[in-house]
Amino acid sequence: MTVHSAHALGRSHFTRRRAANTIAAAAMTVALIAALVPLLAVIGYTVSRGAGALSAGFFTHSMRGVADRDPGGGAYHAIVGTLEQVGLATAMSVPAGLLVAVYLVEYGSGRLAALVRFVIDVMTGVPSIVAGLFVYAFWVLALHKGYSGLAAAFALSVLMLPVVVRASEEMLKLVPDELREASYALGIPRYRTVLRVVLPAASAGLTTAVMLAVARVTGETAPLLLTAFGFDAINPNAFKGPQSSLPLFVFRQVSSPYAPAVQRAWAGALTLIGVVLGLTVVARVLTRRSRLVA
Amino acid sequence: MSKRVQAEAVSAWFGDHQAVADVTLTIEPKQVTALIGPSGCGKSTFIRTLNRMHEAVVGARMSGRVLLDDDDVYAPGVDPTAVRRTIGMVFQRPNPFPTMSVAGNVASGLKFGDQRPARREMAGIVERALTQAGLWDEVKDRLDKPGASLSGGQQQRLCIARAIAVEPEVLLMDEPCSALDPVSTLVIEDLIAELKDRYTVVIVTHNMQQAARVSDVTAFFNLSGAGEPGRLVEVGRTAKIFTRPDDERTEAYVTGRFG
Repeated sequence: MTVHSAHALGRSHFTRRRAANTIAAAAMTVALIAALVPLLAVIGYTVSRGAGALSAGFFTHSMRGVADRDPGGGAYHAIVGTLEQVGLATAMSVPAGLLVAVYLVEYGSGRLAALVRFVIDVMTGVPSIVAGLFVYAFWVLALHKGYSGLAAAFALSVLMLPVVVRASEEMLKLVPDELREASYALGIPRYRTVLRVVLPAASAGLTTAVMLAVARVTGETAPLLLTAFGFDAINPNAFKGPQSSLPLFVFRQVSSPYAPAVQRAWAGALTLIGVVLGLTVVARVLTRRSRLVA
Repeated sequence: MSKRVQAEAVSAWFGDHQAVADVTLTIEPKQVTALIGPSGCGKSTFIRTLNRMHEAVVGARMSGRVLLDDDDVYAPGVDPTAVRRTIGMVFQRPNPFPTMSVAGNVASGLKFGDQRPARREMAGIVERALTQAGLWDEVKDRLDKPGASLSGGQQQRLCIARAIAVEPEVLLMDEPCSALDPVSTLVIEDLIAELKDRYTVVIVTHNMQQAARVSDVTAFFNLSGAGEPGRLVEVGRTAKIFTRPDDERTEAYVTGRFG
């Protein structure tokens, strides 16, 4: 009798659990689809509108002397600008950001660390146009430096720094304390423990952190309007004179009423997606290769 | 090679919580001293004060003196990294560096320490340390494979090889077998018996049979209640501690009546 009642009890619980499981699984599937649809739609639509205008000429020509209503022209000048501006911003913010993250995780305690965290949090919340305005007022106007790719890189690095710090801080926290202890117990000084044990162990995660920050700023448009300004011809020198960039190129072309310009805008958007994707893949391959250092 | 370790009135705290109270203990060279006692009795914390690993924990502090032969480990001006190099440590869970190869793990203490030997000497040092740890024959063909690719027991012997590659005087082992299977445990116990020819060995263990098997001297730690600091109850030759201890708490513990 007891066996029978226990069995019946077990079954009713089992039925309820199975129903709950089915509902939860369905909800998760719906959520996944809801998250994927917009992403795939954005990529799919960009490909369908932009792929037609992609050609060898698009990657080798600038917009110099090309009117909005004319077909042809290209985004070469914009690609150069984006790579230089993002490259400079990365060169400025990644070393600084990593050092701050290492300080927070390995050395920081007490008031100074709390203050640094607070400042980083505030920086995360700075709207991108404000970063652009700041560089515009300070560098472009007050110091009479004028528009340049470097000014754009300053604005971008203001946006990148908190992302680098926060993401790499999380990655460094994931390195188990056991490894730090193992290193200290061998008589390895703290700074070399950080350099030789902690950072290599976190290298894959740190690369992801950096890529996250790069991807975050590569598509920025607003701060570039005030700093790089935009330019139709090729300006390979990021340190002098206005420069274009892919977001500025897209903005400029899509503002035009003429079909050829709008098509160029879509091609530019597709190129932008490609650049970010390409950088991510390259970074992944690099970290995989450097994972084992003897 | 091996040196005597003398702890004099060592107490240790984590913040406001006192974990170890007033331990005075002499650890003789070239023999194995086992520290036994129930969980939370401060054995691990105590050995971490010996090589100044205790202070690596935020909020941790200690009082008392630790002498290595005649040198005060806590004297002003003594570099904790130098102490840790002289008094090596093996941890509860095998913790090889995941980004380094088998050989790289063994060489790490020397390569990143303060006296880095010449590159051509390194291969010999690695072979010697792995041989001493009884691992050479098993890994000599895969020295460049990741250290984490070895089995758990091999990883622990790799960690022992890494610790002895820097040629310490003393080797502290904090429950080195508690994460291992019985076969690997036996291999490590045999290894400990060999290591005492060269080093002063201190082993913390929860396993009383292990203490009886591997040690020459046993120290029994106990705490009077939850939240109370751990104290040294009794220390003596292992045979004596396990057969006719002086203290009735020791007898209750080794006969399995508590703990």
